[in-house]
Amino acid sequence: MYLATTGAAAATSQLTRGRVAGPVLALGTVSLVTDISSEMVTAVLPLYFVLQLGLSPLQFGFLDGLYNGVTALVRLLGGHAADRGGRHKLVAGTGYALSALSRLGLLLAGGGTAGIGAALAADRIGKGVRTAPRDALISLSSPPDELGRAFGVHRAMDTAGALLGPLAAFALLWATADAYDAVFVVSFCVGLLGVLLLVAFVPGRGALGPAAVPAGPRVPLRARITEPLRDAAFRRIMLAAALLGAATIGDSFVYLLLQRQLDFAVRWFPLLPLGTAAVYLLLAVPAGRLGDRIGRRVPFLLGHAALLAAYVLLLTVGDGIVLLAGVLGLVGVFYAATDGVLMALAGPALPAARRASGMALLQTGQALSRLLAAAGFGAAWTLWGSGPALVAAVIVLAAALAGAAALLPRTTERRSSWS
Amino acid sequence: MVVTDRAGAPAEGTARGRGPGGPSLRARVLAIAVATAVLATVAVVYTVSAARRAEPADPPSAFGLDRGQLYFRSTREGDGAGRVARVAAAPSADGAAAMNAEADPAPDRRTTGGPACERFYAAGGTALCLRRRPGIPPAAYAVVLDGRLREKRRIALTGIPNRARVSASGRMLSWTMFATGDSYATTSFSTRTSILDTRTGYLIKNMEDIPLTLDGRRYHSPDVNYWGVTFARDDNRFYATVSTKGRTYLVEGDLRRWAARTLRENLECPSLSPDNTRLAFKKRVREGARDPWRLYVLDLRTMREHPVAEQRSVDDQAAWLDDRTLAYALPGNGGKGSDIWTVPADGSGAPALRVAGGSSPAVVR
Repeated sequence: MYLATTGAAAATSQLTRGRVAGPVLALGTVSLVTDISSEMVTAVLPLYFVLQLGLSPLQFGFLDGLYNGVTALVRLLGGHAADRGGRHKLVAGTGYALSALSRLGLLLAGGGTAGIGAALAADRIGKGVRTAPRDALISLSSPPDELGRAFGVHRAMDTAGALLGPLAAFALLWATADAYDAVFVVSFCVGLLGVLLLVAFVPGRGALGPAAVPAGPRVPLRARITEPLRDAAFRRIMLAAALLGAATIGDSFVYLLLQRQLDFAVRWFPLLPLGTAAVYLLLAVPAGRLGDRIGRRVPFLLGHAALLAAYVLLLTVGDGIVLLAGVLGLVGVFYAATDGVLMALAGPALPAARRASGMALLQTGQALSRLLAAAGFGAAWTLWGSGPALVAAVIVLAAALAGAAALLPRTTERRSSWS
Repeated sequence: MVVTDRAGAPAEGTARGRGPGGPSLRARVLAIAVATAVLATVAVVYTVSAARRAEPADPPSAFGLDRGQLYFRSTREGDGAGRVARVAAAPSADGAAAMNAEADPAPDRRTTGGPACERFYAAGGTALCLRRRPGIPPAAYAVVLDGRLREKRRIALTGIPNRARVSASGRMLSWTMFATGDSYATTSFSTRTSILDTRTGYLIKNMEDIPLTLDGRRYHSPDVNYWGVTFARDDNRFYATVSTKGRTYLVEGDLRRWAARTLRENLECPSLSPDNTRLAFKKRVREGARDPWRLYVLDLRTMREHPVAEQRSVDDQAAWLDDRTLAYALPGNGGKGSDIWTVPADGSGAPALRVAGGSSPAVVR
């Protein structure tokens, strides 16, 4: 957790002082436990559908894709609901509980496609609902100048759970000779524990103070959801995030390109994201702290520069080990320097009472633009082949990076109106 | 910021103190400890019982390959699920009547306890069993079995077992695996199809590089995928599906010349009739994932095709029970497991439920 690798001794000693706020640690623990639960299921679902239930990959892809669009809307509603009356804990808790219960749905559905569809939908809705209130809680529980570190700690704990989940799931499948129901039951138990941890240790609205509970006349829903956009600084952050998102080709493509160039056995394919996650885990806190020290726009831009470097590596380097370690490492750096950092960047630009809505808006915008980018890259790959498509991706990302550097406000952290 | 300073004061987070009006920290820690113990107990008890349930009750290969038997993978819970079973190929009159009562399929007189397989096929004294080993990364095997269902050869594979076929003589084997990595590419998939000559032991791990002539022209593309091979009686000619650029084709291949050419578009998972005159196949009749396929039969002399009486979408490589009857798996009632249905190949009649709780049908003649 400590910034020992930078070599900046003076800075380090100053930065390591103090701890992350209790609610952030509590939320980190909840995310860690919940991610074990959800990644367990995510890791085995394709196998479960195709092997145990005999669905074709086509049907699985259809089921899987069906709900990804729904979450965007649900996320906005979750953020809005959390801001109304400052009920972040309640809304986030509902999302966590819904996802945990969806495991029981999978268990009870047996092989029924309708039941499985409903369970998957419940899981996605739960995930969509909880993300923005949770990130708002993190940012409301930490002083603005320590937001980067707070999000870094949270994302590191979150990723640790995501790493443990698939390991636990495959260990269970191995021990029970493919009893998928056991995976669902254990995942439900772990998920329920996550909800209980949230109930017990995450502060409710009383602890957030009056600023997080909006007062005044009620505004129509649509106006409220888009209200954060009226702030110029937030609008610029949102635009920059969407611009960069639209230039991000998606991990699965990166891994596919890597597999093609290195030509390793396909069975190792599922391990590639683990390499990225490990780097993310290691660097999330240092990247957050760096953001606290020198401003969050720098790590955010540098993270995307790392992604650009990964694309360039894919285009130019022939050496297997260098390519593999380089690309996985750079994509890990990209996540460490952008995911939590973006929330730390946006937090201070949002009034406390509109923080969940604003973060939901930001996350939705980013997700939608990434979806667009993935579709675009897929089309370019089909039309021109992987090489030219990658060259195009490099050019687009470099341009987006320049645009984002111009767009991102230099000072959002110390705006007197919010602190 | 007033709010955050209060909640985030160093070393004095809210979780450490007394929650506003809530129980004390000690009480909450205790409650979580108890909850953890209870949940852990539930998880462990369930896992242990699931592991016990999975232990094999009887030794595999309680029977061999005998003529006049219909072999299949049993998917019925508590009835040797996941393992090969068999029933008499010619259903008895009362059995057939009971089978047609779809709502309550009578217990067939199946013999259970064969080898555990994801996919199974047998012919001419050779059986092919595609098996999976869970773990990280998941692995799979193609297991070649002799006439008494004893293991002769085992080939390590990657991916998810999909199609398995044995030539009528039992000499040529072929199987198709889905590549595992393709769970990431959501609506497309890629396959690896292998061919094994059991007489020479020669194994083609991935037939992707077979020289292909498409619409009369030599064709090169990195995205060609083969699946669903079916062999002719001469153990040399074969038919298969090839897909490229989003289209599927029927290919006719020649093993000795090592060449293949496309014959027809929109045709998947061919299956050659015992008399080698017709191909049963699935044809895409609808875009998207909702009921995309219908089962058809193609006459190789006239190159005319006709649908069979089965109206539902069949995602299986059909098997010929004899020259008149096709067998195939369909998802079971309520989506649970799968059942084996039969239908006349000439387009007449109606589909009939043959084995409730089964897949991978294969008749040994």
